[in-house]
Amino acid sequence: MKVALFVPCYVDQFYPQVAIATLELLEKLGVDVAYPESQTCCGQPMANSGFEHLTHGCNDNFVKNFSGYDYIVCPSGSCTLHVKDHLHATDEKAAASIRSKVYELVEFLTDILKVEELTSSFQYKVGLHQSCHGQRGLKISQMSELVSAPFSKTEKLLHMVKGLELIKLSRTDECCGFGGTFCVAEEAVSVKMGIDRVADHVAHGATYITGNDMSCLMHLEGILRRQQSPVKVIHIAEILNAAQ
Amino acid sequence: MEQKIYDHAVLADKFNKDASRVDWHDKTLWFIREKRDKAAWQIAEWEELRETASQVKNNVLDNLHDYLLEFEKQAQQNGVTVHWAANAEEHNRIVHAIIKEHGVSDIVKSKSMLTEECHLNEYLQQQGITVVDTDLGERIVQLAGEPPSHIVLPCIHWKKEEIGELFHQHLGTPKGNADPQFLTAAAREHLRQRFMTSRVAITGVNFAVAETGEVVVCTNEGNADLGVQLAEVHIACMGIEKIIPQRKHLGIFLRLLARSATGQPVTTYSSHFRKPRPGQAMHIVLVDNGRSERLQQESFRNALKCIRCGACMNTCPVYRRSGGHSYQYAIAGPIGSILAPGLDMKQHADLPFASTLCGSCSNVCPVKINIHEQLYEWRQVLVKSGHVSPVKKAGISGMAAVLERPGIYKFSGAVGRWFMKYIPVLVNNKLNPWYKQREMPAVPRQSFNEWYRQNRKQNGKQS
Repeated sequence: MKVALFVPCYVDQFYPQVAIATLELLEKLGVDVAYPESQTCCGQPMANSGFEHLTHGCNDNFVKNFSGYDYIVCPSGSCTLHVKDHLHATDEKAAASIRSKVYELVEFLTDILKVEELTSSFQYKVGLHQSCHGQRGLKISQMSELVSAPFSKTEKLLHMVKGLELIKLSRTDECCGFGGTFCVAEEAVSVKMGIDRVADHVAHGATYITGNDMSCLMHLEGILRRQQSPVKVIHIAEILNAAQ
Repeated sequence: MEQKIYDHAVLADKFNKDASRVDWHDKTLWFIREKRDKAAWQIAEWEELRETASQVKNNVLDNLHDYLLEFEKQAQQNGVTVHWAANAEEHNRIVHAIIKEHGVSDIVKSKSMLTEECHLNEYLQQQGITVVDTDLGERIVQLAGEPPSHIVLPCIHWKKEEIGELFHQHLGTPKGNADPQFLTAAAREHLRQRFMTSRVAITGVNFAVAETGEVVVCTNEGNADLGVQLAEVHIACMGIEKIIPQRKHLGIFLRLLARSATGQPVTTYSSHFRKPRPGQAMHIVLVDNGRSERLQQESFRNALKCIRCGACMNTCPVYRRSGGHSYQYAIAGPIGSILAPGLDMKQHADLPFASTLCGSCSNVCPVKINIHEQLYEWRQVLVKSGHVSPVKKAGISGMAAVLERPGIYKFSGAVGRWFMKYIPVLVNNKLNPWYKQREMPAVPRQSFNEWYRQNRKQNGKQS
């Protein structure tokens, strides 16, 4: 099985430790991981702003980098969903193939690798922020709006981590307000949404807030740090990779 | 329509100046969302019900022409006069002509989002007709001189103390009395006089049954019934998408509507108006106002399935924290944001961007409208049609130019991080909206790409 690591651009630039943790975790689990070095971005920042027609160059570059692998794995539900739903390129056949092979890290671990146990340990109270695109888009967990049986691929993995205590939240899957360019275009609402999310985690005793998307966590981290809160954010790859 | 001065973000920013009020607004609507969840969970086949409703509505949209003609025929056989209005102006003129024909200057109206969409009240007032909205929430905003901020809960942005003050000014209730029961009684007293004297009653329509030619109006206050029963003339105004094929389909929609809207099992009154009683005249005005055009747009047509329950507003984290008036359209929130640009792209170009695309709206929608996907599609259409600021266009074009060239991306990333690290004031300043209330991420020593080249490539691991 040949797996390509797809690193979101902002993770590459600002949170390299998340990509390192993803790489190490996959390798620990015996996966042969390649990192296509000329990758840049999935094109979502342009497309969500209404400029999908300007993503051709970005998409062609994506296809060039990620063709020929069995799976493409990404530590972000949002970027994964964008590729799955919107990747079109000059080589449309290759693009279609990639759309069907791209996986968010958690779903790759539970659905493809079928991970049932982990050796990681993380002795903290953790709040899980369910990022919308992973949850509602990729269906990583049951959604509070739907009358359907509960499940959560993310929680399943977190329960395998030794010492980790998952806290309950008042609102299990409310959006944090990041929303791509929304976070600056609608600054007031974005921040208020973030403040409210953070407050829910803090009120329930979280030491760390984790999630599948560093973009949401970057937004929550920005608020926590401005509040000089001791609560920290950590990507789920870092927890799952945390050594015993 | 007047060109609006502020966009959603500006009004939302204003709304957020009072954080405790935002909290109150958010919690009030979230409470209703939770009531909706509880009501939905009591129906084991809830998701199946949504799917069925969606398919019935799809069928209606596919065969709208035939259903409308069937409805018209049945209604006419029932003794109802049916009018067709191509747009809002025509609708308003038709309604005015009926009122004029009966020589009436004061009328009552129960809740109708269509008449809000057509700005009927303003039009009639210009013609010297006094309209009294008889839905309590609508009466409150009418007294305040405001449009509704929510389609089901028109005055959800008002606190009871403020309503007490408003009633003190307009209805003469004692100053400082904010007891909801007392204020409701005062409103009843006030409205009762209007009901008794009004010879024309306008209602909206929740469902129009093609098979029987009847219209169904759902209220919790019985105000539509009272208005119609006491008036000589009943005018029912409806968008052409309100059709359902048969009476039996009400068994699907009435179960979904109230549960989705307020978490009630059913609205207090689901009133069927089929034919005028002896001596009464009944008119139905069928309004297009852009709906036929929408029907032809594959990406946007299924927004016409909407049954106006307001569930998408109650669940929307942006709506709850920006208030209905920030949308500046009769129908606020997620559904309004995909309907409004269809009527006037330039005027409502801001609305599809007033969303994080979280998708909660699509999940609560009882007729399964893919609201968040349509928001994304509208963004593409708006930008392609030129409804975008030059600054944004330049910014995104620049971003695209960098991200499609790996070399430039790596170089700009390294340069950007260097500046952020050594001259942080370049980003940590007032001009950066991120920094206003949030810290920027700490700058790492190297990017992942740099780390990989340094730590992995020499080990012979190449991509």
